[in-house]
Amino acid sequence: MRLGLKIALRFLKSNKGQTLLIILGIAIGVSVQIFIGSLIQGLQKGLVDKTIGNSPQITVSSKSEDKRIYDYNELIGSIQAADSDITVVSGTMDNAAFLEYSGNSQSILIRGFNIDQADGIYNLYDRIEEGTYPRNESEIILGIDLKDEYSLSLNDKVNVTTFNNKSVTLTVVGFFDLKVASLNTGWGIVTLKSAQDIFDTGLAVTSIEIKLDADSVFIADEIAEGLQWKLLGDNLEIENWKAQNESLLSGLQGQDISSYMIQVFVMVSVVLAIASVLAITVIQKSRQIGILKAMGIRNSSTSYIFLFEGLLLGFFGAVFGILLGLGLSFAFTKFAVNPDGTPVIDLYINYSFITLSGLIAIVASILAALLPAIRSSKLNPIDIIRDN
Amino acid sequence: MSKILELINVNKIYGTDVKNHVLHDINLSFEEGSFNSIIGQSGSGKSTLLNIIGTLDKATTGDVLINGKDIKSMNANQLADYRNETIGFVFQFHYLLPEFTAMENVLMPYLIKNGKVTKEIKERAEESLKLVGLEEVKNNLSTKMSGGQQQRTAIARSLINNPKIVLADEPTGNLDSDTTDSTYELLRGINEKFNTTFIVITHDRRIAEKADRIIEIKDGRINLDIRK
Repeated sequence: MRLGLKIALRFLKSNKGQTLLIILGIAIGVSVQIFIGSLIQGLQKGLVDKTIGNSPQITVSSKSEDKRIYDYNELIGSIQAADSDITVVSGTMDNAAFLEYSGNSQSILIRGFNIDQADGIYNLYDRIEEGTYPRNESEIILGIDLKDEYSLSLNDKVNVTTFNNKSVTLTVVGFFDLKVASLNTGWGIVTLKSAQDIFDTGLAVTSIEIKLDADSVFIADEIAEGLQWKLLGDNLEIENWKAQNESLLSGLQGQDISSYMIQVFVMVSVVLAIASVLAITVIQKSRQIGILKAMGIRNSSTSYIFLFEGLLLGFFGAVFGILLGLGLSFAFTKFAVNPDGTPVIDLYINYSFITLSGLIAIVASILAALLPAIRSSKLNPIDIIRDN
Repeated sequence: MSKILELINVNKIYGTDVKNHVLHDINLSFEEGSFNSIIGQSGSGKSTLLNIIGTLDKATTGDVLINGKDIKSMNANQLADYRNETIGFVFQFHYLLPEFTAMENVLMPYLIKNGKVTKEIKERAEESLKLVGLEEVKNNLSTKMSGGQQQRTAIARSLINNPKIVLADEPTGNLDSDTTDSTYELLRGINEKFNTTFIVITHDRRIAEKADRIIEIKDGRINLDIRK
């Protein structure tokens, strides 16, 4: 085998132009693979992040008639401890009501949050455009769209009327922008305590919202199932984002498949390129193989020569391809930018994906060398000796 | 002297549709340590005979015995090992590996056998390159040498594994008469020093006459077999 490596190295070195050309071919294949892979993965991650990144991925609600969960603090604690992929657990009290301000009225969903916990899910503090967040029972924050619609300003008083005709007056201490118009016009956010007071619910929540670690969002269904099985009784219902966003999921799946297709075809073309060049090399080197065989080299050793050529070409092609792919990706994030300087698409540099692409290229190169290797082992030295 | 090589009723026929009968019922044996020459016209079948002896080609019918062992009973790896360890080839067209230097070409059969080169064998290779007068060009690529230098490199290469038999097809074919003489002296010296059996195809009458035995092949048959 060592001899095979030595001869392979010498063959490659003696034909530098051809060797560099093959390595370049493999490198371009690998770099395209890495670039497209990173692009699509980045695109997916961005899409998922924008769609469900700032909302709960799992929601626990009650099946009981009043839709309330009473021993919620204990439940929050055990959910938190149940799975290491769970990052934030927040209890909320949601109730519909009427919002009235200077003769206008509309229905609104009053959401009672534990603000600190809800920030973990909705990124609330950063979303407050003006003013501050509600700190006590008489304060509320509203969406930025309502501010424009009703010409509201900070510290204005609004009336909130429940379906039981109970009316309270709250001070608007801030305006949020959740980037979704229906939420910006339909939500009023108060503290959990004030929601419990306004709607006379006592110590209860209507739902418990759960956010997962970014790498685990796609196994939300499994985690939800685990929670249901481990913690929640029959009177609690659990929902995950995947069940609620089937069209998004199928879109992502389509993207996945097209990405795989591209990668497979890139790989196939790389394999064919290596195989055809190595096949020519066998013909180019058939004289040398004949001489070596006349000197007593075994058929298996001549195969090693070509397998090593494949391995070496694949290895260097993969290394240069990874560098080229990363360079290409870097250039893309630098030059394809929005007016504000942020990249159009954030590439996702996934090291295990890159390593895998490199390994596939190496394995593919060895496979491509298999046919020439077999051909070389079948070469009969007498054909070469006699032809002269 | 013991028989190192024996050919019994060897026939060689090329082609299946148009048959070309190259060797007819060849019966020959060679003694260990002898220096044999084979002469004959082009196309008489001498190279085919040498290739069959060297196990590069197969006889259509008949047996080739080496040290009493029938080569038909050997598999591809055994044949390769046998070629590597027992036979040294010197071809008419030298057949050096162009990617390697003279020194590396000489070491190649040893490398095939052992996988790595020791200090001792390196010294021996240098010595045999010195013997054939190539110490000045030992690190040249084989393509950067003259025809005579390449031929002498091929001779040094054929001897590196201390083979029992050296098969040489026109080893002096491309050489001028001075070099031809010195090459013959070289081969003869090795024959005497190491008791190596030589079978040499030659067109050169003078070389043939210096051998212990002259075999003439004509139309695929042994026409003449003279021992001194």
